[in-house]
Amino acid sequence: MSSGHLTTPWSASARPVARRGPVHPDDVYRVVLQALGFAVLAVAALIVVECARGAAPSIRAFGWHFLVGTQWDPIADHYGALPYVWGTLVTSGIAMLLAVPIGVGASAFLAELAPPAIGEGVAFVIELLASIPSIVFGVWGMFVLAPWLRSALEPWLIAHLGFLPLFQGFPFGLGVLNAGIVLAIMVVPTVTAISRQILRSMPRTMNEAALALGATRAEALAVTLDAARPGILGAVVLALGRALGETMAVTMVIGNSSRISLSLLAPGATMASVIANEFTEATGKLYLASLVEIALVLFVLTLIVNALARLLVLWAVGGRRDVAGAA
Amino acid sequence: MSPARRDGLAPPRAVRSRTERRVRNAVALGACAAAAGVLLVPIALLVAQLVGRGLPALRPGFFVHMPKPVGEPGGGMANAIVGTLILIALAAAFALPVGVGAGVYLAEFGESRLASALRYVADVLGGVPSIVVGVAVYGLIVVPMGHFSALAGGLALGILMLPTIVRSTEEVVRLVPQSYRHAALALGAPRWRVVQQIVLPAARGGIATAALLAVARASGETAPLLFTALGNRFWSTRLDQPIASLPMMIYDYARAPYPDWNAQAWTGALVLFLMIAVLAAATRWTTRRIR
Repeated sequence: MSSGHLTTPWSASARPVARRGPVHPDDVYRVVLQALGFAVLAVAALIVVECARGAAPSIRAFGWHFLVGTQWDPIADHYGALPYVWGTLVTSGIAMLLAVPIGVGASAFLAELAPPAIGEGVAFVIELLASIPSIVFGVWGMFVLAPWLRSALEPWLIAHLGFLPLFQGFPFGLGVLNAGIVLAIMVVPTVTAISRQILRSMPRTMNEAALALGATRAEALAVTLDAARPGILGAVVLALGRALGETMAVTMVIGNSSRISLSLLAPGATMASVIANEFTEATGKLYLASLVEIALVLFVLTLIVNALARLLVLWAVGGRRDVAGAA
Repeated sequence: MSPARRDGLAPPRAVRSRTERRVRNAVALGACAAAAGVLLVPIALLVAQLVGRGLPALRPGFFVHMPKPVGEPGGGMANAIVGTLILIALAAAFALPVGVGAGVYLAEFGESRLASALRYVADVLGGVPSIVVGVAVYGLIVVPMGHFSALAGGLALGILMLPTIVRSTEEVVRLVPQSYRHAALALGAPRWRVVQQIVLPAARGGIATAALLAVARASGETAPLLFTALGNRFWSTRLDQPIASLPMMIYDYARAPYPDWNAQAWTGALVLFLMIAVLAAATRWTTRRIR
C-alpha cells in the first residue's frame, strides 16, 4: 500500500512554532485522540487474550487433537471439534457454490450491461438484503424453507440423485443443505456489491478497446472480468469469511447434531452454532473451555480469511480505500 | 490456458463462426441477467412472507403489552423493544466517543505506525464473528460481575459497532477540504480548535451517517447477546440485570413448540426488519445529502 493517499493535514508531531509553557493544548488534544485509538487496539487485544485464556484448560488437555477429534462427549468430558469444523466448511462450501456464480453474474449485469437506472435500483435492493438481520433469515429458513425442502426438493434429490452419498437419508428439511442455502442468500449481497464496485473501478478503455476490435459484448465483458479477477476473488473470500462466522440463522436451521455425515440432508452443526447452542448450558470447566477454544479457532480462521480478502481487494483496486472500504 | 510461445503470444485459437459467437454472446449475457433476476427472488419471497405472516398480529398492543403466557391470546414484546433500545443506547454511548475519536485521529494525525496498525485492526475487528465477541465479553464482564447484564450486552454490541464508526469517520473527515483547515490556521486558531470547531462540524453529517449505519447493523445482532444480555421475560430497565431484546425474543419464540409463539416471532421479525429498513433508508438519505 502506498502512503501517497494517506497524507494528513499536518505532520503528526512537529509543531510549527516553539511555544511557551510546558503543555500545549494541541498536544493534549492529540494525546486524547491517540488514547481513543489505543482503546480500539486494546479492545481487539482483549478479545484475543480472553479467548486464549478461556480456552487454556482445553488446549492443555487435548492439544492439537482437539481439531481432529470426532468425539464431542460432555458426559465423558472429552471434546473434539472436527464435527463442527466439518459442518462449518461444508455449509460455507455450499453457500459459496451457490452464491459465487449468481453474485458474479449479477454484478457483471449490474455494472456493465444494465441501464444505470436498473443498476441503481437493484443495487439498492441488494443493500437492503444485506441489512436484514441474521435472525430474520433464521425464522424464514425454519418456517418457509425447511417445509419446502422436506416436502419438495429433498424427496426429489433422494429419488433422482440418491445414488450419491451426498443425497442419501431422510428428508428432514432442517439440515446442512438448508443452512447452506440460507448462508448463500446471506452472503450473495457481499459478493455482488463488492464485485460491482470493482468492475466499475476498472478503466472503461479496456472494454471499449475490445469492442472496437470487433468483440461481442460478452467477449468484451470477459476481458474486463479477467482484469478484475483478483478483486472479485477478494470479494468471494470476504463473503466466505462472513459465511464461516455466521451464527443465528445457521443455528436455527442446521438441526444441531454432532455427528459427521456425508449426506447434505442430514442435520449437522457448525463451530458458531455449537457455541450458540451449548455455551449457556455448559457445566464443567473443560466443557466451557472447549467451547471457548472453538471460538478461538473460529476467530483465527476468519482472521486469516479476512486478511487475505482485504489484501486481494486492496491490490485489485490499486490501494483505493474508497472502493476497498466497502469491503 | 495454452502454453506461451517463444514470441510471448498465445497460439491462435480456432476461429469461431459468426453464428457461434452470436449464440455465445446471447447465452452469456442472458446468464448474467438471469443471475441478477435469481438474486431478487429470495428477497421478494422473504419480504412477502414477512409481511404475510407478521402483519396479522401487528397491532398497537404488540408495542405496549408484555409477553403473555402460552395459550393466552394477545400480548406483545414491549419489554423486548425497550430492551433493544436500551442496549443500542449503551452500545452507542461506548462506541461513538471511542470510534469517532479514533477515526478523527486517523484522519488528522494518521501517519504514524500506530495509525496503520489501528486501520488494520479496525478492519480485522469488522470481520470477527459476532459470536466470538459474545464469548469474549462473557469472560471479561459477565464472569467477574457474576451474572448476565444489559451492560455486558451493550458493550458487546458496541464492540461490533466500532469498526464501522472508526473507518467511516476517517473517510468523511478526510473529505473536508484542506482549504478550511488552512483558512482557520491562518486566522490563528490552534489545531485542536481547527479540528474541533471547523473540521468536525463540516463532517457532522457524514459522522451521523456512519453512526446510523453502525446502529442499523448492531440492532439486529443476536449472537453476541446470547451470553451477555441473556434475555428476560419480564419488564426490566436495570443495567446490571439481564435484559430482553427483540432479536433474542424472536429466537426464543421461533424455537418454541407453540404455534401462537411462532406467529409472534414472525411479527417480531417484521418489526425488526422495518426498524432496520427505516434506519438503512435514513442512512441512504443522509449520504445523498452529503454528496
